[in-house]
Amino acid sequence: MMRLEKRATPSRAWSVATPVLAVLLTMIAGGILFAMLGKDPVAAIRTIFWDPLFNPQFAAYSRPQLLVKAGPLILIAIGLSLGFRAGVWNIGAEGQYVVGALTGAAAGLALYPMESRLIFPLMVIAGALGGLLWAMIPAILRTVFRTNEILVSLLLVYVAQALLSSMALGALRNPQGGGFPGSRNLSQWASSANPELIAGTGMHWGVVAAFIAVIFAYILLQRHMLGFSIRLTGQAPRAARFAGVSPRRLVILCFGISGALAGLAGLFEVTGPAGQISLDFAQGYGFTAIIVAFLGRLNPIGILLAGLLMALTYIGGELAQFMLGVPAAAIQAFQGMLLFFLLAVDILTNYRIRWAREAS
Amino acid sequence: MKRRLLLATAAALMALPAASFAQGMDKVKACFIYVGPVGDGGWTYQHDLGRQALAAEYGDRVDATTYQESVPEGADSERVMTQMALSGCNIIFATSFGYMDAVNNVAAKFPNVKFEHATGYRRDHANVSTYDARFYEGRAVTGTMAGLMTKSDKIGYIGSFPIPENIQGINAAYLAAKKVNPDATMSVVWAYTWFDPAKEADAARALIEQGVDVILQHTDSTAPLAEAAKTPGVVGFGQASDMAEFKPSPRVASIIDNWAPYYIERVGALLDGTYEQGATWAGIAGGEVEIGEITDAVPAEVKTKAQEVRDAIAAGTLHPFTGPLKKQDGSDWLAEGETPDDAELAGMNFYVEGITGEIPN
Repeated sequence: MMRLEKRATPSRAWSVATPVLAVLLTMIAGGILFAMLGKDPVAAIRTIFWDPLFNPQFAAYSRPQLLVKAGPLILIAIGLSLGFRAGVWNIGAEGQYVVGALTGAAAGLALYPMESRLIFPLMVIAGALGGLLWAMIPAILRTVFRTNEILVSLLLVYVAQALLSSMALGALRNPQGGGFPGSRNLSQWASSANPELIAGTGMHWGVVAAFIAVIFAYILLQRHMLGFSIRLTGQAPRAARFAGVSPRRLVILCFGISGALAGLAGLFEVTGPAGQISLDFAQGYGFTAIIVAFLGRLNPIGILLAGLLMALTYIGGELAQFMLGVPAAAIQAFQGMLLFFLLAVDILTNYRIRWAREAS
Repeated sequence: MKRRLLLATAAALMALPAASFAQGMDKVKACFIYVGPVGDGGWTYQHDLGRQALAAEYGDRVDATTYQESVPEGADSERVMTQMALSGCNIIFATSFGYMDAVNNVAAKFPNVKFEHATGYRRDHANVSTYDARFYEGRAVTGTMAGLMTKSDKIGYIGSFPIPENIQGINAAYLAAKKVNPDATMSVVWAYTWFDPAKEADAARALIEQGVDVILQHTDSTAPLAEAAKTPGVVGFGQASDMAEFKPSPRVASIIDNWAPYYIERVGALLDGTYEQGATWAGIAGGEVEIGEITDAVPAEVKTKAQEVRDAIAAGTLHPFTGPLKKQDGSDWLAEGETPDDAELAGMNFYVEGITGEIPN
C-alpha cells in the first residue's frame, strides 16, 4: 500500500529533480502519443529536442530563434514569479502583453514618419506603462474591493484581445495597407525598429531585457528587503504581517512589476519579430509564461532555463510538424503534458512516498 | 588580367544557378504552408488536395509530403518558411494573402528556392511568383442564382477581409444578381478571419435575422452552411471547396478552387528546367475556378441561366464587369461595353453603384 507522508521541509533535492523528471516523463508519454499516431517516437522526440540545437541543417537558424521565442516568455515569467511567490496570482499577463504592445506602438505611430533616436525609448516607456496600468485594474480591485485577482486579471485578457482587434482594424491600421487589418510595420521604420543587435544571434532588445530581468530578480530575491517580504508572505502570511509587510502594498507592487514586464515584452515583440499590430498578435506568450514560471520553480535561473526549454518545444514542434507530419494538435498536447507532469511530480517535493502494509 | 579573371569567375558563378535550372532537376521537394487546418473543408482543404494530386502525378520524382497547417500570418510564418527552405524544399507554396511580407523576406535569403504566393501581388525577388484565381467569375454565377432564388430580395455576403479579392467578389455577385433581379439588395458582414467557424456562424445568423435568405461566403469553413441549414428556405453556396455534405440544400451550388493543375504545371516546369517567375490569374476558362454540381433544390430555369453565365464567361463572351458601370458614389467607372484591366481589378477598393454600406477603412 502506498502512502504519502508530508515532509517537514520541502526536499531540496526533489525540487531540482522534479522538472527534469517531468521532462523525461513528458518524453515517454509524448513518445507513446506519437507512436499511436503512427510516427516514429524516437525520431519525433529527437526532432523536437535535438534537431533545433544540433542538426547542422537547421541549428544555425534555429538556435537564435530559440532566444527570439524565449525572450518574451522569460521576461513575462520573471514578473509573474515574484507575485506567485507571494501568493499574488496574476493570470492576465497575456492582456498586459497586448496592451503594452498597443500603447507602445501607438506612442511611436503618433510620431510617424518622424525619424529620431528618442522614439524607440519613448515607445519602451509607453509599453511598460501600458502593461503596468492594465495590471493595476485587478490589483486595485483586489486591494480596495477584495475582488478575486485571478478572475479579474484573466477576464481582462479577453478585453485586451477585443481592444487589439479594434485597434488593428481601426485607429492603428496602416492607411496604406490596402484594407488589410494591421498597423504599419514598426520593424521597418528605423526609429521604432527593434532589430537583431548582433547579426545571426537572435539577440534583440527584448532578449537583453529578459536577461537583465533575470539578474535583477535574482538580486531582489536574495539580497533585497522586498524580496524577503515576497518570500515571507508566500511561506507564512501571518508571520509576514507581524514583520510589518503590508499585503496591499505587496499586491500593488507584484502586479505593477509583472504588468510592466509583460508590457515590455509586448512592445519588444511588436517592434521586432512580429513587426506590427495585427489580429494575430496575441499568440499566447502570457499564458505560456505561467507554465515557464512554474517549470522554473519560480526561481530566476530556473525560469531562464525553462523559457529556453519551452522555446525548444515550439521550434522543435514546428520541425516535427513539417518534417514528420505530426499534427499541430499533438504538439500542443505534448506541451500540455509538460505542465501536467510537472504539477504531478511536484508532490514529491513536499511529500515522501511510504510503502506500508495495512496496519493491523 | 587578374581583374578580368575575377570578373570571369564571378560571371561563371552567377551563371551557375541559372544553368542548373535550365537543365532541370531529377527530384523536387515541394512544400506547403497553410493558414488553416487541412480539414477545414474549404480553402486549405483544396490546397491540400492540390498537393496530393501533385504527389500522385510525379510519383518518386516529387516529394510533396511536407506541409504545415494553421500557421498564423506573421513572425511564425517567416520562421516556418525559413525552416522549410533549410530542410531542402526546392519550391514553397504559401497559400494565404497575409504571408506576403514573410514570403518576400524569406525569398531574399534563399535565392535558389522558388516561392509561390497565392493571391498576393508582391514579387520583390526573382524567385517569387504569385498565383491567383478569378474567384469573381464564380461569384457572377452564384450571384445570378442568388438574384433568382431570393424571395426576400435580400442577399447576404460574409466577407473575410476588406481586400480587393473580397470586393471583386461582392461587386461581381451584386451586379449578376441585379441583372436578373432589379430589386435585389446585398448586405455585407465582415468576419475579419479566413477560418473561424464560430465567427462565421455568428455572421450567418446575423444575416438571417436581417431577413437574408441567400448567403454567399468568402470565408473557409462550412459553418455558415451549417447555420443556414437550421432555417428553412435559406440557401448558400460551397466556398473554395464543394462542401458536398450540405447537398442538396442549403448548399445549392459551389465555387471550387482547383489548384492541382497549377501545382502540377509549376513543379513540372521546375523538373524539366522551364520554370520562370510568373503571375498567374486563371479563371473558369483555365479550370482553376469550377462551379460545383447545381442541385435539384434549384428550379430548372435558374439552373439553366446559371450554366449560361458560366459558359459565357468560359467562352470569353461575358465579363462580370462590363460597362456602363458606376461606382457607389455615383461617379463613372466603366463606359458602355468597357471592361477593366487586371491591374484595376487587382486593386479594386470601391463598391459599385447600388450596394449600401461602406468598405471599412
